[in-house]
Amino acid sequence: MTSPILDRDSPLPLLSAQELRHAYGDREVLAGLSFSIERGEVFGFLGPNGAGKTTTFHVLTGLLSPQQGTFALDGVPVRLGDRRLRSRLGVVFQAQSLDLKLTARENLLLGAALYAIPRRVAAPRAERLLAQAELADRADEPVSRFSGGMRRRLELARALVHEPEILVLDEPTAGLDEAAFQRTWRTLEGLVRETGLTVLVTTHRPEEAERCGRLLVLSHGKAVACDTVDALRRRLSGDVISLELSAERDLEADARLLRERFRLEPRLSDRTLSVELTAGHEWIPRLVEAFPEGALRSVGLRRPSLADVFLKLTGRELERDEPAIAKKKKEAA
Amino acid sequence: MRVQLAAQPIETPAHRRAPSALVQDLAVVFVLWRRDLLRFLRQPSRIVGALGQPIIFWGVIGSGMAASFKMPGSSVGYLEYFFPGVILMVVVFASIFATVSVIEDRHAGFLLPVLVAPGSRGALVLGRCLGAATVALLQAALFVLLAPWAGFSLARVDWPLLVASLSLISLSLTALGFAIAWWLDNLQAYHAIQMTLLLPLWIVSGAMFPASNRSPAFQALLRYNPIGYAVGAAREALYGGALPPALASSVPAGAGASLALLAAFTLACLGAAVAVCVRKR
Repeated sequence: MTSPILDRDSPLPLLSAQELRHAYGDREVLAGLSFSIERGEVFGFLGPNGAGKTTTFHVLTGLLSPQQGTFALDGVPVRLGDRRLRSRLGVVFQAQSLDLKLTARENLLLGAALYAIPRRVAAPRAERLLAQAELADRADEPVSRFSGGMRRRLELARALVHEPEILVLDEPTAGLDEAAFQRTWRTLEGLVRETGLTVLVTTHRPEEAERCGRLLVLSHGKAVACDTVDALRRRLSGDVISLELSAERDLEADARLLRERFRLEPRLSDRTLSVELTAGHEWIPRLVEAFPEGALRSVGLRRPSLADVFLKLTGRELERDEPAIAKKKKEAA
Repeated sequence: MRVQLAAQPIETPAHRRAPSALVQDLAVVFVLWRRDLLRFLRQPSRIVGALGQPIIFWGVIGSGMAASFKMPGSSVGYLEYFFPGVILMVVVFASIFATVSVIEDRHAGFLLPVLVAPGSRGALVLGRCLGAATVALLQAALFVLLAPWAGFSLARVDWPLLVASLSLISLSLTALGFAIAWWLDNLQAYHAIQMTLLLPLWIVSGAMFPASNRSPAFQALLRYNPIGYAVGAAREALYGGALPPALASSVPAGAGASLALLAAFTLACLGAAVAVCVRKR
């Protein structure tokens, strides 16, 4: 992209929302959500399914008007879904949203035309985006012949064809393999660096959240924390030791043991107890000796991940990643 | 966290200033219209089907009925009588099927980028309906070219009247279809409603047989049937604007009044479609 964002040094937040509330019947999906987004940052909404991520995405893109809440763009109050805001957003949906009967190039030109970009401006842009997405040699093929990865790349290219200031992505890498994940994020980080693009992402993947500058941790429609990834990680002291117990062990009893004998506060998930402590390497022998032989299936020591942070902040687990679930299903079948 | 407000609006740099609302809306209308056209022209099977079905219908039903059909006091044959009716059948079916894509698009996700783009819902409705109506008109145009075989002279046809009446009825039916499709969001239910609503309306529109003076109920059905006015106007257009006296009572109103009524009906349908589209996501 060529045109830089000029207002980069403005002191006002690019986009801020206050007290967003929305309920479907008596189920409250947004419970007073507030946030403030700066120019040129990568801002993530992290939370498991059901935390209000999708509703937040729908609100940001104007697909849903929340029942309550105020919104400001460049410090000027705007109605949600206002044209001024919509024309500055680029949106990447989680679901497939290309026209499969049209070619890759036609999809891009159609996307540009929806934003009233004149053809003479849109055509060279489409060319460049197709090249960046490594789709230049397939530009005139109908999208129905494309693989899933190629379609995702084209979706991203289309969201950029009108040169938005703010890119909003809903679970951009859900279902992508590791290589495609890395590639997507390299592209996004390049755009932020080179053009000052502001990126908003909803995600439930810790490894995706790691790529964000700031994170809003979302639980039950509310922000439980909003900070940089490092600051969030610092909320957990030192290391995490996880003890995976064999199937016949009583997890509750073992947790009690850790509490009473070592004054630790273990968190339970599946068959695993995790404890957060400093100087973890010194603890490992003591903990291992506390269990009888065969009780432990594995012992792990690591730096706290965002999944740990999330568990600590909300007491809930971030949902398992999709490939893992898919794999399990395959095994069951 | 407070929402910080600017003391005064920040000037947007000129090259980033968004186009006006009207320009954005027109862009959306044009994009959607063009897309429908592209998709139609890219599927040869649809073009063949558009011509094949009415020919079979017209030929088979037309010759079957020809022996028993007799207009009192005139020499108008059934193939001639039935021809404008079949043109309308093409428009009715094409409008129904073209609007099915509203549901398909919603499920395939294509409408999402349109909804988040800066155009209004009204532009979305108008673009989709104009696109679908244009496709319906193209299909009808292919069949109209067969008029000489029904005994009409293409040189005598009142083209502006024919195009106007067919445009209005196809635009109104696609708008009606849009409203129903957007409301239901279910392919089977959409087909069921459209078939029970539009097919009988077409049959009693004077398309297949003239309304009998002796049946007041039928006369009433014709009077409140928009398709009836379209058949009437199309029939008048095929005769160059002057109906044979024997057919004068088979149309519900004169061409001018028919067009005015169709225009009003079209506006009402478009209004309903926009209302449904704004209220329901």
